[in-house]
Amino acid sequence: MALHKLTLRELSDTFGKGEVTAAEIVRAYTLRINQVEPKVKAYISQIKDAAMVQAEALDQKLKGWRRTMPLMGMPLAIKDNICTQGVLTTCASRMLATFVPPYDATAIARLRGQSYLLLGKTNLDEFAMGSSTENSAFGPSRNPWNLSAVPGGSSGGSAAAVAADECVAALGSDTGGSIRQPAACCGVVGLKPTYGRVSRYGLVAFASSLDQIGPITKDVADAAMLLNVIAGHDAWDSTSANLPVPDYTKALKKKDVKKLRIGVPREYFAEGLDPEVEQAVMAAVEELKTLGGEIKDVALPTTNAAVATYYLIATAEASSNLARYDGVKYGLRSKQNKTLLEMYMKTRQEGFGPEVKRRIMLGTYALSAGYYDAYYAKAQAARTLIRQDFEAAFCEVDLIVTPVMPTPAFKLGEKSEDPLQMYLSDIYTISVNLAGNPAISIPCGFSKTGLPIGLQLIGRPFEEETVLRGAYAYEQATDWHKKRSTVR
Amino acid sequence: MQISKQEVERVARLARLEIAEAETEAFSKQLSSILTYIETLKTLKTDGVEPTATVLEQVNVFREDKSRPSLPVEKAMANAPESEAGHFAVPKIINET
Repeated sequence: MALHKLTLRELSDTFGKGEVTAAEIVRAYTLRINQVEPKVKAYISQIKDAAMVQAEALDQKLKGWRRTMPLMGMPLAIKDNICTQGVLTTCASRMLATFVPPYDATAIARLRGQSYLLLGKTNLDEFAMGSSTENSAFGPSRNPWNLSAVPGGSSGGSAAAVAADECVAALGSDTGGSIRQPAACCGVVGLKPTYGRVSRYGLVAFASSLDQIGPITKDVADAAMLLNVIAGHDAWDSTSANLPVPDYTKALKKKDVKKLRIGVPREYFAEGLDPEVEQAVMAAVEELKTLGGEIKDVALPTTNAAVATYYLIATAEASSNLARYDGVKYGLRSKQNKTLLEMYMKTRQEGFGPEVKRRIMLGTYALSAGYYDAYYAKAQAARTLIRQDFEAAFCEVDLIVTPVMPTPAFKLGEKSEDPLQMYLSDIYTISVNLAGNPAISIPCGFSKTGLPIGLQLIGRPFEEETVLRGAYAYEQATDWHKKRSTVR
Repeated sequence: MQISKQEVERVARLARLEIAEAETEAFSKQLSSILTYIETLKTLKTDGVEPTATVLEQVNVFREDKSRPSLPVEKAMANAPESEAGHFAVPKIINET
């Protein structure tokens, strides 16, 4: 049995029945990683040996016992900006190249509570700033469908690892599309939960009012399974919502979208959208209609302001959050440190890459005396309008359907010289972070060149169940999610 | 929107970021182009619109003012670039102007 080809649900069932041991699972994934990782470069650190030790201990412990927890023995990959106790967490930055967290992120502690197996930490754009993983201090990851294309970003390593069967599922983080966009590029499923649904404790902060941890998986059922474990209130994150967590897998009982009103925002189908992507997304809308959905036009009139709003708010928050990298408590310290000020300035020069510096500069500028009202305050007001757009639209519909990105995955190097072009590739995902809603990316087709295309379903805050139901119905009616990358 | 090299240097100092001469030039160009795009926000009417700082309902989260278990000193210090007797060590700051 080729264990690496199974979905999380299938592997969990197989393990639950005692048909396979945890050690066998790790062995199978070790083989697979050794085979394709030199080409895909999804991981920053692999800890297969530690995973094997854990797996053997788990097998020993389970002798004669029932295996009840869904993630028990499941080999996962974790984005390298999520703290894992005792395991290097670099954020793909020279600044944190040797940082070993003394604690687990809450999402990780919950996985650990189920005895999951950590295979390794995945690549990202430095501090999650980027849309291609090209901003990683340790080199880019590759798209398993076409090794000369980017896997998207910033959770590109997690998406590539899932697409290349180098783990059964992964966690990513999404500040402006960083789960959904790489999921679309790599033909897998990526879910950004509602802001506050999953604790951010232990997620290295980029833009605190936008960041969310979420699952990247092979199909929709797997995303529901992972969300079940990581969602919920956490006393260590005062912005995590104190609301009950439903069993998300129950949202998958219905295979139709009857009685669901589904909105198509015309602003998302304007200039700049690749015709192949438009065609695939519109065909998906037709499919949702066939499945019983009532399709309606909706307006999100502030859409055009979203990229500008996002790049002011996210960079302002980042400039503040990244002030902590000063060479004092952890991370890099420059050897040129005769004075404290010199230590700060040189440490930050040596530790940060160009995109991180650019965003710190932009955020500092937007917050600086004399510019605050024109930029930051203006962006906060625009954010209110963007949020109100969604509130108004969701009075008329239950789900909104859009593309995930304007084009399929672009080539490595294609946009890395032009930051603004790179920012514009997030145009369909960032509004959702500004408004706080949940959204999923699922495969809905392929370009002529064989690159995956993603479909985005957006729901009301804390209605992940509706998002999952819509995504599952579409997935069950189509075969896109069964197609696997050919990397070997 | 033009961001001069002097402006770049001013912002870099505020951000405690040393930047090389070549970077100053590149940032001046790139930030100008990004801010020119961002200027499009000016056309958006926001008179009387309340700002959004967070999408959550604004509630204060309190906890009891009681000590609770936390990281032991050795663990908290384990990543320190330099430490002395359980403290973070930094370059001398007294007499610095």
